[in-house]
Amino acid sequence: MIDLDDTDRAILRALAADATLSAGALGRRLGLSQPATWRRVNRLTEAGALAGRRLVLDQAALGFGVTVFLGVTLATKGRVSLEDFERAVTAIPEVQTVQHVLGLYDYRLRVVARDLSDFERVLRRRIMTLPGVGQVDANVLLSEERRPGPL
Amino acid sequence: MHVDDTDRRVLRQLQADPAQSMAELARRAGVTEATASRRLEKLRTRGVLRGQEAVIDWRRLGWAVEVSLRITLDKTNPRAFDEFTAAARNVPEVLEIQSFLGRVDMRLNVIARDMAHYQQIYRERVLTLPHIADIEALMHIADIKRAEALPL
Repeated sequence: MIDLDDTDRAILRALAADATLSAGALGRRLGLSQPATWRRVNRLTEAGALAGRRLVLDQAALGFGVTVFLGVTLATKGRVSLEDFERAVTAIPEVQTVQHVLGLYDYRLRVVARDLSDFERVLRRRIMTLPGVGQVDANVLLSEERRPGPL
Repeated sequence: MHVDDTDRRVLRQLQADPAQSMAELARRAGVTEATASRRLEKLRTRGVLRGQEAVIDWRRLGWAVEVSLRITLDKTNPRAFDEFTAAARNVPEVLEIQSFLGRVDMRLNVIARDMAHYQQIYRERVLTLPHIADIEALMHIADIKRAEALPL
């Protein structure tokens, strides 16, 4: 775990909003020199606090009109079936995220599709045929917002 | 706007490694540097490529607990969605607010430093949100895949 001061927190906040900011531009905003900013960003990256970048895309404009969250319960549980399931589900391109959870389901998946009939195709051909899959519960995403978090 | 195969190829390569140089991106997408940067500029001005965000690993910052709270609202009040969402925005530990069509109405992604801290946030900040009819919790154990890439 890494300790943060107020400047580190301001850097994380700024990069979470725009990861393309250069060390120079970021430093000017925070009243730091470019090398000092670069050293801090580097430290946050090496500690794993900054874990890469993500593109913010207009999904609908790219033809992906539907996002669905699936709660998956495995029919058979055991180390082998977990590994088989995880390997197979990770390889499906339409599956954006896979989380192993504890509660009502075993896994939570985020799936994108062109429309509802395309989603049905993904569900029937790809998800329902996964090794060990039992019950699947679906919720269609209507809106989503990301918050800055406790920084 | 119309997005063609070249646009998709450039975006696909950028998505795989957003921090790479324009020269590297152009080489991987099989186009010239001028084409790659022109295409990205077009996608930006038309709002298809809205930007890039840094991904923060909250566990590394000492936030060890992550819980997905699935909430059913009391829909007899027509303002339930708006008032719930506005109040949830005031809880700093909430990372994501999503609304759904299905068995669940809303989902909050909440982080905490440890279980005792989670218990405190849950009681003092979550259960006090307006219009909640029912809550289910999913405790996050591990990210198996988290790239959140589009199959372009």
